[in-house]
Amino acid sequence: MIKPNLAVDVAGIRMKNPVTTASGTFGFGSEYAPFVDLNRLGAIVVKGTTLLPRRGNPPPRIVETPAGILNAIGLQNPGVDHFIEVALPYLRQFDLPVIVNIAGDTVEDYAALAARLDGVPGVAGLEVNISCPNVKKGGLAFGADPDSAAAVVRAVKGATRLPVVVKLSPNVTSIVRLAEAVVEAGADALSMINTLLGMAIDIRRRRPALANVMGGLSGPAIRPVAVRAVWQVYQALKVPIVGMGGIVTAEDALEFIMAGATAVAVGTANFINPRATTDIIEGIERFLVEEGVSDIQELIGAAHMS
Amino acid sequence: MAVDIPAEVVQQEQVGPGLYRLSLYAPQITRSAVPGQFVYIRCTDNLDPLLRRPISIHGVNRGRGELFLLYQVVGKGTALLAGKRKGERLGVMGPLGRGFTLPAPGQRVVLVGGGIGVAPLVFLGQELVQRNNQVCLLVGARSAHQLPVGKEGYTAPFELAVATDDGSCGHHGPVTDLLEKILAGEGADMVYACGPRGMLRQTASLLARYDVPGEFSLEERMGCGVGACLSCVCKTAGKGGEPLQYRRVCVEGPVFPAEQLVWD
Repeated sequence: MIKPNLAVDVAGIRMKNPVTTASGTFGFGSEYAPFVDLNRLGAIVVKGTTLLPRRGNPPPRIVETPAGILNAIGLQNPGVDHFIEVALPYLRQFDLPVIVNIAGDTVEDYAALAARLDGVPGVAGLEVNISCPNVKKGGLAFGADPDSAAAVVRAVKGATRLPVVVKLSPNVTSIVRLAEAVVEAGADALSMINTLLGMAIDIRRRRPALANVMGGLSGPAIRPVAVRAVWQVYQALKVPIVGMGGIVTAEDALEFIMAGATAVAVGTANFINPRATTDIIEGIERFLVEEGVSDIQELIGAAHMS
Repeated sequence: MAVDIPAEVVQQEQVGPGLYRLSLYAPQITRSAVPGQFVYIRCTDNLDPLLRRPISIHGVNRGRGELFLLYQVVGKGTALLAGKRKGERLGVMGPLGRGFTLPAPGQRVVLVGGGIGVAPLVFLGQELVQRNNQVCLLVGARSAHQLPVGKEGYTAPFELAVATDDGSCGHHGPVTDLLEKILAGEGADMVYACGPRGMLRQTASLLARYDVPGEFSLEERMGCGVGACLSCVCKTAGKGGEPLQYRRVCVEGPVFPAEQLVWD
């Protein structure tokens, strides 16, 4: 059989396959380059970037839970200028769309970041992080309220010509309402889900396990919640979705695609298998061959067909 | 260059209560491993526990391509690791992290290991002896039977002294008492330490008092092991009023200059 087509287009970001990385789990790519061929990825979503460098939260920042991890990094990053001057030139040597995750304390921060990255060679798109549960200002403060979320997206859209992907939080009453608000405000695509707000207690110390007290839960434990979110938003809106949340295998990724995701992001799985992304790409291709499917597009939202 | 390989268990041996010595066939790792580096091991193919376990390199036999680890069972991951038998394969990433800076040949060096923290110091001591450094290893444990190394029948190519909290072997008291005696007496050119936070903190204050340089190997809960996730950070500050910073134990460490670390 002929090699099936794996290429997808997410709001103008052309990916050779539907597999990208979840922001914050793959650094700026160079960290994983000894273990995985970055040219094989559909795209890379880099660690969340802010206008100025951020120190992040005190340790412990991570704790393991059943089939998952709680993290509270607090957006530690070297700032957008360092990203543009150091991390981006490295990534430009690869045949790889780079999606930059941006986070701010204020609507103006987001707009300034979008303007700073507009027209910078090698940037394929922006992912607007309005869903980080681990920072005091910004983050989820925007992502939990449809009006605030829409204000951020309007400001970003007004400051850039790049495709804008908005990353949604599951920590809301209705993810569909949030999705509608940001699409109305101009979002070109949505990514979902960010981590679920959670907590663990160290019973020997009688204290929260994380110094930040609460953190974001990721890993296989959250996958059904994420698949449900993709399903609901796909049903309500015609907008490309990047699905993520606990994807470890190609089978997991295919669930998201059939729920309605055009692309998928691999996050926590990179920690246990540095080749998780390429293993998943190979697995998806094998599945298409086995099922006699010539184009991945046929499977996007396939579970919705009656 | 670090690799991720399936490494075969050559031998697994219990050497104390909850203490194990594991030998893995991993020539791609032993080739370039230096003292202070670690490997990141997948203890199960299942998803619980999810993460790999970072374990420092205890020694290598480059001729045979064997990697030695000395570890203590502290939770689910290490308990699964202790169940691995000869011939089984484990996913091993490594060598990872920055190792110890080696002193000039001939210098007198003291190694201070608290509990299982002694594991990387044995590898370091072996390398230092080959470079004609004068090496003294100080090992501390709660009690004699919990000594990972240094008990009867244990031989090392360097001077070794033991301290136990209950006095059942060697000096009765913390291992840092032994260090202080050396620093106040014949002195040392360099001190390397690995162990519990309290021991490291006390070692840091002794080094400052006697003005001796040192390097500490740290342990922190880890996510990716390669510097991508920023989970395993420790607090550092520079000497010249450099601001406080969180540095990644997995790539900027696990070995840090003692004077860089902030203890609060």
